[in-house]
Amino acid sequence: MDESAPLLKIENLNVRFSHRGKSVHALRGIDISFYKDEIHGLVGESGSGKTVTATSIMGLLPRPSAEIISGSVFYKGKNLLLMPEDELRTYRGRAISMVFQEPAKYLNPAFKIGGQIEEMVMLHMGLSKVAAKARARELLKLVGLGRDGRVLDAYPHELSSGMKQRAMIAIAISCNPDFLIADEPTTALDVTLQKQILKLIRTLKNIENMGVLFISHDLGVIREIADRISVIYAGKIVESAGKESLFNKPMHPYTRLLMLSIPDARHRGRKLATIPGQVLDATSTPEGCLFAPRCPLAEQRCFSLTPELVEHEKGHLAACHFAGKSWNL
Amino acid sequence: MQCRNIVKIHRGRGVEGERHGFRAVDNVSIEIERGRIFGLVGESGCGKTTLARAILYLDPPTSGSVLFDGVELGSLKPPMLRKYRKRMQIIFQDPHSALDPRMTVYDSLSEGLINIGVDKARRDKKIRELLDRVGISSTYSRRFPHEFSTGQRQRIVIARALTMDPEFLILDEPVSNLDVSIQAQIINLLMDLKKDLNLTYLFISHDLNLVSYMCDVVAVMFGGRIVEQAPTEALLAHPGHPYTRRLLASIPGGAGRF
Amino acid sequence: MDLARFIAKRLLRLVLTVLLISTIVFFVIRVIPGDPALLIAGIDATPSDIAAIRAKLGTDRPLSAQYFDFLWKVAHLDFGNSMISEEPVTALILQRFPLTLALAVLGMVIGTVIAIPIGILSAVKPWSAWDYVGLVMSQLGMAIPSFWLGIFLLLVFAVKIPIFPLFGAETLASLVLPAFSLGFARAAILLRHTRASMSEELSKEYIIAAKAKGLTDRMIKYKHALKNALLPIITVAGIEFGYMLGGAIIIEQVFSLPGLGRLFLYAIYQRDFPLIQGGVVFIAIVFSLVNFAADVLYSVVNPKIRLE
Repeated sequence: MDESAPLLKIENLNVRFSHRGKSVHALRGIDISFYKDEIHGLVGESGSGKTVTATSIMGLLPRPSAEIISGSVFYKGKNLLLMPEDELRTYRGRAISMVFQEPAKYLNPAFKIGGQIEEMVMLHMGLSKVAAKARARELLKLVGLGRDGRVLDAYPHELSSGMKQRAMIAIAISCNPDFLIADEPTTALDVTLQKQILKLIRTLKNIENMGVLFISHDLGVIREIADRISVIYAGKIVESAGKESLFNKPMHPYTRLLMLSIPDARHRGRKLATIPGQVLDATSTPEGCLFAPRCPLAEQRCFSLTPELVEHEKGHLAACHFAGKSWNL
Repeated sequence: MQCRNIVKIHRGRGVEGERHGFRAVDNVSIEIERGRIFGLVGESGCGKTTLARAILYLDPPTSGSVLFDGVELGSLKPPMLRKYRKRMQIIFQDPHSALDPRMTVYDSLSEGLINIGVDKARRDKKIRELLDRVGISSTYSRRFPHEFSTGQRQRIVIARALTMDPEFLILDEPVSNLDVSIQAQIINLLMDLKKDLNLTYLFISHDLNLVSYMCDVVAVMFGGRIVEQAPTEALLAHPGHPYTRRLLASIPGGAGRF
Repeated sequence: MDLARFIAKRLLRLVLTVLLISTIVFFVIRVIPGDPALLIAGIDATPSDIAAIRAKLGTDRPLSAQYFDFLWKVAHLDFGNSMISEEPVTALILQRFPLTLALAVLGMVIGTVIAIPIGILSAVKPWSAWDYVGLVMSQLGMAIPSFWLGIFLLLVFAVKIPIFPLFGAETLASLVLPAFSLGFARAAILLRHTRASMSEELSKEYIIAAKAKGLTDRMIKYKHALKNALLPIITVAGIEFGYMLGGAIIIEQVFSLPGLGRLFLYAIYQRDFPLIQGGVVFIAIVFSLVNFAADVLYSVVNPKIRLE
């Protein structure tokens, strides 16, 4: 296979949620390419569409409230969105796997950790019970829970939150997936634990050569973990670039404002930048740039002409009329 | 504001992790100068919140003393204690549970004022001023909490704390549940209020980066004890305790990132 | 907390419950107007006759002495002798109990067999035919009194179409109709609990995680959700079984079955105080034991024992 081709590619993904007659436009034409052996950070505020992006890839959008209006998710030349449920199921957990934010809720409380790994490798890889147990033991060792055999026979509630998250990661990578989605996997954890989990994910990526989609609201976490970063605002990718490029030279005013709104010890006493106005009402679909109403740079064309997500420098994409030009906030 | 040798022992109440006689706060002494922001940083379960509640005598400390403006709170009789407590207010992390869902903003804010016998005209004026001050249009004062966003609710909670004209505010993770852009607005608001109203803050957070941005002095809490305390610059430049160093190293993206 | 301590705690609670009920029963009976001695002696008894009966019953002694004597005997499962037949109360009860127990167990089995599968199916397939069947059944079960159902069943399946005996308790077949009348009402409640518990589990986050693992629909529903859903049902079933014992007493009347129910009813008619006392305390003990068993079973099956 061509090494430079994306492992997984999302094209023009539009997702709408309908609830009690109200229709919410959650994703408004998402384009992202994920590559093998790369951690792609997706950062955005709550309601921006981060988790919807992840669940769309997994085919886990809540039905019937969610509706995919257009778009495709290509994996190995196949559009996952058009795949029948039975076939898609064989990809989930096997080729594409997911780690969730709150391990306490996403692990089944009634089954032992070992069993939760075993059932998966038995189903997807056809291992025998004995081989599955050996695999579970090996995986727990890999995620740093192997010091004693205890975790294998432990129920989730017997583990600390850090251990639970490690266990969930072990489950997710149990079938050597090509692609791992981690949705805010460290948000519920203390900072020192967060550091360890981030390190673990990086190590595992290196061992397994997986592509990783790492979702977070925290630019600091994203900076720590990601190789490449996409910024999502109101269901649209506004900027996507390599880590250094993004932090050194953000091209979208939203990205820049996000960075400036983070308190930093070096700038004690200096006022934080704020983003004026409210997040776009997801029920409306305005013309032009979605960030324009809050953007300090906005001019007339921003309200009528939709900026496309285009490459301005090598590997640095932005959807802004001012991208590639010099500006100051 | 002074705390001397505060100890808080939880008598096993069956709450997870709290063993019998667990020392949640172990011999903590801090001194907060008027007009300063004192930062208290630590991870979950380190005793930050327990200490805050002990300082306000919401959960009186098992031993030790709290001096506020030179007066020992433990020696006060309940009516006097209530009087002193008005001058000290606390703001919690979760603005959703802090506001009664069945009370309008106006009712929430006037409750305390009615208690201390402020007449209606002065009450209305004060509520209007405070809501404007925290950036909530006073035309919204008849609305209920659920009609506001999380950030707006936190503003309302702040306004409610200010109705008592406090001198000292304990801010317990006040921005932890907020998106960064909203967080920035609340932090700016808190900084402005401090300056304009000459407030003193005890700022509690798990986020060392945020604490160092906000505070003049930082105390690092671990296992119920203060393991290190220093002016912010000194702490960042020369962290003495291994735990402080670990916390610093754990700041995602590294300290001084943006 | 370990299981042994948990069991010890529950046992203590059981003992306290029985003690409390014994105390209530003892005092309530003595507060109710009507001196049993007078009743037994009849209208033309002399005062000395009455005094003799009182002495025999022990009701001439101070109340506290009677009370502690009563408790001491309860601890030994000795409820004294029936005032009417003069046989030991314990023997009378144990003689009748097997039939009532069999009725309750059979009722429980019928109730469970109806309730759990339909409850699960209606949660798994909401708004399906199963869900409607479940809904109608639980409404009917709660609305129809079990004695009415019993009479109805008798009319249909013993009189019109005589497949079951009209009365008597000689064969297992004779227990089917009463057990069904008993089980149907309890099934309604069990069904509702099962449905609610199952739908709650199906909406939990770990179900999404199970889908993300690529597990089959069958595994997700009947392995992951079901195990969690059945845990609270054990407790409900325990309580239901207790009620079943109580309900059996009425049903025994309808079907003329010589169980505990008839024994106690006679005891009440005839103010056979020792028998009433013994009966209530006995039922309380059985009820507590069943709940105790359900609690222990629950904590054994549930890895996440939530204690107090």
